[in-house]
Amino acid sequence: MGFWDIPLQVWMGQLLLGLINGAFYAVLSLGLAVIFGLLNIINFAHGAQYMLGAFAAWWLAQNLGIGFWPALVLVPLIIGASGVVIERTMLAPLAKLDHLYGLLLTFGLALIFQGLVRQGYGISGLPYPTPEALSGGYNLGFMFLPKYRAFVILASVVMCLAVWLVIEKTKLGTYLRAATENPELVGAFGINVPMTVTLTYGAGVALAAFAGVLAAPIYSVNPNMGADLIIVVFAVVVIGGMGSILGSIATGFGLGIIEGLTKVIYPQGASIVIFVVMAIVLLVKPAGLFGKAT
Amino acid sequence: MMADKALDKPIRTDEHRAERGALLWLGALTVLAVVGPFFVYPVLLMKMMCFGLFACAFNLLLGFGGLLSFGHAAFFGTAAYICGHVTKEWGLDPILSILAGTAVSALLGLVIGSLAIRRQGIYFAMITLAFAQMVYFAALQLAFTGGEDGIQAIPRRPALGLIDISSDERLYVLVSIICLGGLFLIWRIVHSPFGNIVKSIRENEPRALSLGYPVARYKLAVFVLSAAISGLAGATKSLVFQLASLTDVHWAMSGEVVLMTLIGGMGSVFGPLVGGAAIVLMQNYFASIGAWVTIIQGAIFVVSVLLFREGIVGVIQKLLNRRR
Repeated sequence: MGFWDIPLQVWMGQLLLGLINGAFYAVLSLGLAVIFGLLNIINFAHGAQYMLGAFAAWWLAQNLGIGFWPALVLVPLIIGASGVVIERTMLAPLAKLDHLYGLLLTFGLALIFQGLVRQGYGISGLPYPTPEALSGGYNLGFMFLPKYRAFVILASVVMCLAVWLVIEKTKLGTYLRAATENPELVGAFGINVPMTVTLTYGAGVALAAFAGVLAAPIYSVNPNMGADLIIVVFAVVVIGGMGSILGSIATGFGLGIIEGLTKVIYPQGASIVIFVVMAIVLLVKPAGLFGKAT
Repeated sequence: MMADKALDKPIRTDEHRAERGALLWLGALTVLAVVGPFFVYPVLLMKMMCFGLFACAFNLLLGFGGLLSFGHAAFFGTAAYICGHVTKEWGLDPILSILAGTAVSALLGLVIGSLAIRRQGIYFAMITLAFAQMVYFAALQLAFTGGEDGIQAIPRRPALGLIDISSDERLYVLVSIICLGGLFLIWRIVHSPFGNIVKSIRENEPRALSLGYPVARYKLAVFVLSAAISGLAGATKSLVFQLASLTDVHWAMSGEVVLMTLIGGMGSVFGPLVGGAAIVLMQNYFASIGAWVTIIQGAIFVVSVLLFREGIVGVIQKLLNRRR
């Protein structure tokens, strides 16, 4: 089959898939960027916390009969609160040391989370139903668009924009950005910087958990779902340029689409294409597409 | 800058004492290697040696270069695949196969290293991780690696055409020589003028640069050396287990070697060897408890980062120094 013989449905199908994956890349790398911005830590547990989000949604539905919509609010709060505890008890004592220790610590946490879920519930996927209001889909003529997937893309875009607005346009965001630049000075103005740091970590973790709840009806909920994803998200982060909020959003969606379209042209290359893009970007612009040169 | 705040404690002021200490270590290790098989199953010992060497090679980069790579499984695994392939399919001599694996890993280190050293600290870690993931996917899809099955039943041909290494006991001698040789090489590198320049770059990169050292070239060189010795460990491991598989290139392996190094002690030349042996022993004895191994490993990670950043060897050294 030649290049031009590939039917439109296939292109559109993969484009949609790419957009969905891109939505998750964007939300996750956004969470990483927010945490990195203030704590200077690469949160290696981010993938595991995303998994915990999906798993918590499943657990709430299974044991307490709590459905998708309440879970979408509850789960980020619960997992975010666990993030607050982690920051207070483990990350804060490391703040003065080399930031690589934070990466190593969160790596250890990721192992613990994944191991615990695997020990308790096995590695086979746990099914999570699509919420009733979003079952079915739209027939667009050239393709079928499931309602839930459209919702995921929309929800991610809205969430990304909301975070961007908070950080760039509100007073809280100004404090955050100032605390990144000069924590001592901001503290001298009477702002509780350690508290800000803690809450930021909690918020970043909550973002990961939010993505996890969104993912539960699409992907099977299993202990490794975050581990495979997080490596790709790291690449996205490197490509986008770590510091930039907008960079992580744009790069996340963009790379999702590139990955989806590669699946049409050269399926074997789909899992590698993001890393190839990363290598090229590094060659041309070591600071990343949206990053500031160091 | 990351290099200013190197991960480990500064090198002891008394350089000579440290050097003598390391030589004593090597001697003690040789004795241990000789008497070991009388007490412990040789395959387990060989596994401990291979992973110990791997951890020491990794530490050459982290402890002495100040560069945390999160993708060292790429070098370990690639060498295992190459060594397994050339000895099984091409019928190459095992020594040559190990060298072939080592050489390919060194080449791979040159490629990945030249890109990764453009960034520092956390970025460096993520870039190496991402490249290692590329290698993982390549191993999954290339024809010669056997996909999910890996390369199995790698033959143990007579070394140099005449020395029979088919039994574990005989292979043990060869593996001991290779691993001790690798460790000696690392010790030589660390205590050479080259090693001192690498350490100075870790301590203060701008100053090393202003003194006229081609910093990037030194970093790349230590990266390639570390990759090559990691490859040596991986290739040897593939002969021991007669298997090269996806486990060897998976990022979990990269994490494991970081853990081994962290537990053993990043500051010392051979500390990671202790860490490697400890982790291998732990996995060996806890193999039956399933996912708990991962949980325990994660917990060890967290505890070592929070409380024992100098590692087992570092703690022992501290106690010894206190007594003096």
